[in-house]
Amino acid sequence: MKTQAFRLLLVLLVFQSVVFAQSEGMVFIEGSRYIPLYGRDSTVVEVKDFEMDIYPVTNSEYMDFVTKYPKWQKSKALKLFTDKSYLANWKNDLEFKDSEHPNSPVTYVSWFAAKDYCECQGKRLPTVDEWEYVAMADQTTKDARVKPSYNEQILAWYEAPRSNENSIGQNPKNVWGVHDLHGLVWEWTMDFNSVLITGESRKDVDKDSNLFCGSAAVNATDLMNYAAFMRYAIRGSLKAKYSMKNLGFRCVKDTNKIN
Amino acid sequence: MKTLINYYTIMKTQKSMNRVYPMILLLVFTVFLMGCMNNEKTVYDKAEDIPVSQEMIAELTSPPHVPTPVGARKAKKLIVKMEILEEEGEMTDGVKYVYWTFGGTVPGSFIRTRVGDEVEFHLQNHPDNKLPHNIDLHAVTGPGGGAESSFVAPGHEKVFSFKTLNPGLYVYHCATAPVGMHIANGMYGLILVEPEGGLPPVDKEYYIMQGDFYTKGANGERGLQPFDMQKAVDEKADYVVFNGKVGALTGDNAITAKVGETVRLFVGNGGPNLVSSFHVIGEIFDKVHVEGGDMINENVQTTLVPAGGAAIVEFRVDVPGTFILVDHSIFRAFNKGALGMLKVEGEEDTKIYSGEIRDDIYLPEGPGIQSMPTTDEIVESEIPAKSFEEQMEYGKQTYMQTCFACHQAEGQGVPNAFPPLAKSDYLNADVDRAIGVVLHGLTGEITVNGEKYNSVMTRQTLSPDEVANVLTYVYNSWGNSKKVVTKEMVMKVKNQK
Repeated sequence: MKTQAFRLLLVLLVFQSVVFAQSEGMVFIEGSRYIPLYGRDSTVVEVKDFEMDIYPVTNSEYMDFVTKYPKWQKSKALKLFTDKSYLANWKNDLEFKDSEHPNSPVTYVSWFAAKDYCECQGKRLPTVDEWEYVAMADQTTKDARVKPSYNEQILAWYEAPRSNENSIGQNPKNVWGVHDLHGLVWEWTMDFNSVLITGESRKDVDKDSNLFCGSAAVNATDLMNYAAFMRYAIRGSLKAKYSMKNLGFRCVKDTNKIN
Repeated sequence: MKTLINYYTIMKTQKSMNRVYPMILLLVFTVFLMGCMNNEKTVYDKAEDIPVSQEMIAELTSPPHVPTPVGARKAKKLIVKMEILEEEGEMTDGVKYVYWTFGGTVPGSFIRTRVGDEVEFHLQNHPDNKLPHNIDLHAVTGPGGGAESSFVAPGHEKVFSFKTLNPGLYVYHCATAPVGMHIANGMYGLILVEPEGGLPPVDKEYYIMQGDFYTKGANGERGLQPFDMQKAVDEKADYVVFNGKVGALTGDNAITAKVGETVRLFVGNGGPNLVSSFHVIGEIFDKVHVEGGDMINENVQTTLVPAGGAAIVEFRVDVPGTFILVDHSIFRAFNKGALGMLKVEGEEDTKIYSGEIRDDIYLPEGPGIQSMPTTDEIVESEIPAKSFEEQMEYGKQTYMQTCFACHQAEGQGVPNAFPPLAKSDYLNADVDRAIGVVLHGLTGEITVNGEKYNSVMTRQTLSPDEVANVLTYVYNSWGNSKKVVTKEMVMKVKNQK
C-alpha cells in the first residue's frame, strides 16, 4: 500500500501543473485526434479529455466490490449477465482460490459486471477509441505504433503463458502514466463489438477496404497492424456475458474541470 | 425374414382378438420391405441426398497416424471434437517455439470421413489460450469453409455442421486475423473425405504435412524463438519441416514398412507461403491422387503440393533400406528441416537393386579441398556454455545438426565412406588436428582404426564456441579420451594460419 501511495504522490506531482482535479488512482489523458486501426469509417476519430485508471482492477478491489454489491457475487450473479465461467477462479462468493494473488488483475468477469463496477465508482468503461488511444503510447511516445519495439513487446505477451497471474504494475508505465495496457490481460471496452468482425477475417478485409487505405495513410505496415489485429479479433469474438481467463478491465472517467 | 415370421406367429395366436392387427401387420410389412430396399445399394445422384443413419464420435489421430479407413460403412452423423491449444514446443534441439495447434499437434488431428457424412463440428478454444480462433475446412461447402460459424473466444466452444459432398483430401486451417500468423504458428491439418466404399485398402497409411516457420533468430539459434512477421511477409523461412518440427519423422520417429507392402501417404502442405516439391528418395510413386482429388497420375517422381493443398501418394516398397522424404527444393531438406525417413525392412532383391558392387579409385586432375561458401563472420552463439554439462548439452545439439548425417548417432560412421568417431585412434591421437579438421575440413586418404578412408569432409560453419562444445561432446562420448576442448584451444588452432 505504501508504494502505491507513493506512486500516487509521484503521479500527482507530475501532473500538478494540470488544472484538473485528479481522481485517486487515475491519470489525466489529454484528448486529441488520431487514426485508429479500425474506426467507424476508418477516418480520424476524436478523443476528448478523460481520466483513466493507472492499473487494471485487481482481485482484491473486485472483492471489495462484491462485498458491497452482493448481486455480483459468484453464486448470485444473474445468468443473463454472466456465463458459467464467471469468477471461475474463485472458491466461493467471497474468497478466491489459493492460487490467485490479491494484486493480480481480476479476470473471468463479464462486460455487464465490469460496466457496473465502473458505474458504482462513478466511472465508466473506456470506449475502444479511448482505450486504443492511450494504448498506442510506449514509455516515451504518445503514438509508438510505428516502432518495431512497441509491436514486439505486445506480441511477446501473446507467447507468454499465464501472464494473468502476474501482479499489476510490473509492466513499465507509458508516457501517460498508465500501466499494463499491454502485457497482462485483455481489457473490456464499452463498445467492444462495435467494429463488426464477422469471424471470417478474410471477408472483413474486403468489407472494410477503407481500413487498409486508412492505415496506409499513416504509413502502416503489417508489422504495425498485426498486434492490433489480434485485439480487434478478441473483441470481435466476445459477447457481453462472456468471462475469460485472460480478460479483465479498468475504468475511465470524464474530466471534471475546476472552474 | 425372421421378424416377418414372428409377426405371423403373433398374428395367428391373436387372430380372434382384434381387427386392428391386420392393419398393423401391413404397416410393419411395408416398413420391413423398405428396410430391405435400403439394404440394397442405392446410388444417389447427389451427395447431399445420401441419408445418415447413426451418430458416431469421430476417431482423431495425431500425425503421422491416420484413423481407421471408412471401409463399407454407411454415411453417418459424425461428431468431431477438436480442441485448440496454444503451447510451447521444440522446433529442433534447443529451439523452442509457441505453437498454436488443433488438437495439440502440428499438423492438427487427422479427420477421416466419407461422402455423405454429416459432420457436427465442435471447436473448443481452451480457456488458457489468449486468442480467438476459428476453422476453415476446405472440405466444407459454405461461407468461409466454416470460419464464419466457428469463430470462438478462449474458454468457449462453437458448434456447426456440414455435409461432405466431394471426395478428396482437404486442408483445414485457422482463418482468424492475422490469418498468416495463425497458419504460420501451426494451425492446419488434413480432413479426408473417402468415396462411397472407401479408398482401396493398402498395407500402411501415414499422415505427413509440411509447413514453413519464421523465427526471430536464425535457424538453430537457441532459446524460445518468437514468430517474425517481417520474415513471413518476405517469405524467408528459417525452418521448413514435416509435421511441425525438425526430426518429427527421422530416427526413432521414422515411419516404417515391410518389403512388398503398399504405402499410402496423405501429404498436405499448410504453408503459409511455400509450395512443396514432395519426393521420396529412391522410390517412384505408383499412384498420385493429384492435388488430393479424383485424378490419378501414375509413375511420378516428384509431386507438387501447393500451400493449402494436398496429395495422396501410393507406392509399393520393393527393397529394404531407409528412404528419405524431402521437399525437393533441396536446401529446405538439408538446411531447414524438410526431411523425413521411411524405414523399410525385409529381404534384399538384387534384381531390383544391387547395392554397391565395386569401389574403384578415380582421381581426376587437381582435386582441392572443397569448401562451402561462407561469410567470414560466424555468429557467436548467444549463450556460451557455462559448465561441462552445458558444453555436452550444446555440443550434442550441434552434433545432431551438423555431424550426425555422416558420422551417425553413436559416432559409428558409415563403413567405407565416413570414418567412425567412436573409439577412434585418429581422433584421440591429436586434439589440435581434430580441431583443424572441424575448422578447415579434410580431404584425402586417412587410416582410422585400421581401415582406410578416402573421402571429403567440408569445413564446417561453426563458431569457436560451437567447435569447442561439439568436440568436447565427441571426446566424452563413445569410449573416447575424455578431453575437454575450450574456445581458447580452438582459437589457437584457428589463428595458426
